[in-house]
Amino acid sequence: MFEILLDATVRAGTPILFATLGAIINERAGIINLGIEGLMLIGALAGFSGTYWSGSLLVGVLAAFCASFIAGSIHALITVQLRGNQIVSGLAMTMFGVGITALFGKGMVGLTIDGFKRVAIPGLSQLPIIGKAFFNQDMLIYFSFVLVFLIWFFFYHTLWGLGVRSVGENPAAADTCGFSVSRYRFFAVTIGSGFVGIGGAYLSLASTPMWIENMSAGRGWIAVALVIFAGWSSPRAMLGAYLFGGITAMQLRFQAMGTTISAHILQMLPYFFTILVLVISTQRLQKGASQQPEGLGLPYDREDRK
Amino acid sequence: MKLVIERREITSALIRFSTPIASIGIALFVAGFLLLASGVSPLAAYKEIIIEALGSIYGLSETLVKTTPLIFTGLGVSLAFRMQIWNIGAEGQLYVGAMGATWVALFSGIQNHWVMMTAMFFAAFFCGGLWAGVAGFLRARWRVNEVIVTLLMNYIAILWVDYLIYGPWKDPKGFNFPLTAQFSDTARLAEYFDTRMHSGFFLALFCALVLYLFIERTVWGYEIKVIGSNQKAAQYAGMNTGMAIFFVLFLSGAIAGVAGFSEVAGLQHRLQHGLSPGYGYTAIIIAWLAKRSAIGVVIVSFLMGVLLVGGDSLQLLWQLPVAFVYAFQGLILFFLLASDFFIIYRVKLIRGSINV
Repeated sequence: MFEILLDATVRAGTPILFATLGAIINERAGIINLGIEGLMLIGALAGFSGTYWSGSLLVGVLAAFCASFIAGSIHALITVQLRGNQIVSGLAMTMFGVGITALFGKGMVGLTIDGFKRVAIPGLSQLPIIGKAFFNQDMLIYFSFVLVFLIWFFFYHTLWGLGVRSVGENPAAADTCGFSVSRYRFFAVTIGSGFVGIGGAYLSLASTPMWIENMSAGRGWIAVALVIFAGWSSPRAMLGAYLFGGITAMQLRFQAMGTTISAHILQMLPYFFTILVLVISTQRLQKGASQQPEGLGLPYDREDRK
Repeated sequence: MKLVIERREITSALIRFSTPIASIGIALFVAGFLLLASGVSPLAAYKEIIIEALGSIYGLSETLVKTTPLIFTGLGVSLAFRMQIWNIGAEGQLYVGAMGATWVALFSGIQNHWVMMTAMFFAAFFCGGLWAGVAGFLRARWRVNEVIVTLLMNYIAILWVDYLIYGPWKDPKGFNFPLTAQFSDTARLAEYFDTRMHSGFFLALFCALVLYLFIERTVWGYEIKVIGSNQKAAQYAGMNTGMAIFFVLFLSGAIAGVAGFSEVAGLQHRLQHGLSPGYGYTAIIIAWLAKRSAIGVVIVSFLMGVLLVGGDSLQLLWQLPVAFVYAFQGLILFFLLASDFFIIYRVKLIRGSINV
């Protein structure tokens, strides 16, 4: 019973994990991206169509990354190069994503593909309790484990990672040190958006191997809130994503057991808990030791430098 | 040859007005390619939108029907914008407002039309207000990000209304459809000219006027403007910014809640699934385009009403999904944001080399 629940937790948490990681890369460079929900949908549709046309799951995942990368470059262009309002641009991205995927996805509704299959890792998958949940999963889930590590390594052990963090914390100082603020921010937004797209592709390639209009159903917004819970750190994002995966898994379990509680009330739980978690993590944020990038949300204009 | 970007010292009125219009034009142009890609001739589609939404009395009345909730929600969002507060939850506030009004209409047993209308109005007002007030409280007390809270509460509001209409409030005579019983005539707004147009439209215009006077002619309105432009200065001047944040979000949600009242009392006469096709999200564009002016909100709401009515007919004619309108709205916002850049900055092409 617990093993099944843990397995469902990881599977439900993975799309949120990818989206949260992507959002963290954005915000580390100082750019708020409220377009996560739209980017997930773009990734989900691109992933599904890529796999449908080519028959290859890898092509689907790459298509998802590229499509969201390109869509993310709109947000990057507006917020970085044109110094536009980050909140409005992100909301526009969400609307755009919802609309354009509904338009282009119309012909994809009802089609099916062979989604990701479980691949057991010999040895590790035999571990008691956690073995099945973490090491008898599909390739995208394994990739998410690797990505959590890679992002952490990138931020704290590479010069480029230092560059991204510094343009997010203090763009003027980073500029003085010779980091190109606009270049770092542009690529943080686009590459981060690409990973968000893979989160969307997880929905259409692994969770339910088909395309459904608006299939992200608010997961992008949960990811935006989880960035704050995670304190902009990728290992903590993993914890947060699985927390929400767990709530979703329990909700589905309750429904499957046929409780008398209305399904609509149960479906509220993830949103309700997100708000709760947001309140708690915001309070922790204020008690000092703030992880929030100092330059978050502020456009950078070299002429404003003091 | 080199491109140089420099700040404009003054921005002429011509540029201020022409750039937003140009950006909508470019958005139309780009959206044309999206239409082409889905096999629809853009020119035919745009012609269809104009004819359908403005070409007949019926079309015009339908446009005003859609304009009505957009004015309410647009006013709500733009009031919060005034104070640099983001209310992305107008959609949910509309739903809980409709829920409050429906509760009064179905279960209060009031017999007098005017008493009923007043009670429904205030029920919607307070439900919407309290719904947004939660985000206002969290923001004022603990600085919790109001964008995320108001947005997530949309999902909760819609699920809550679903719970009611699939469960306790379901019409026993409704053949198991997810909707409540129809309202009696006491609980309906007046309708005109044999169309679906109802007096909610005039209520919306009246709200716009009241809100304009509130912002421009009262001390509270002045405080909102001051806090919006410089929160530190407002605090030094002794203004209670926390209280103001709560109050503004409450009022913002309350106005969006009234949209719900107008929809159930004027148009649908019952609470049902899919009450709003995303008016609360369109409201964000309206508030942004209207640049915080109440009159601007009315004008832009009308334009968006045209787009929604036209979008419905595109759906019927060419089976385009309703959500296509969102893609279009997203594009408009993108180009508007880009145009802001050209209002503030000037891009110059300088020939020859520059000595630095």
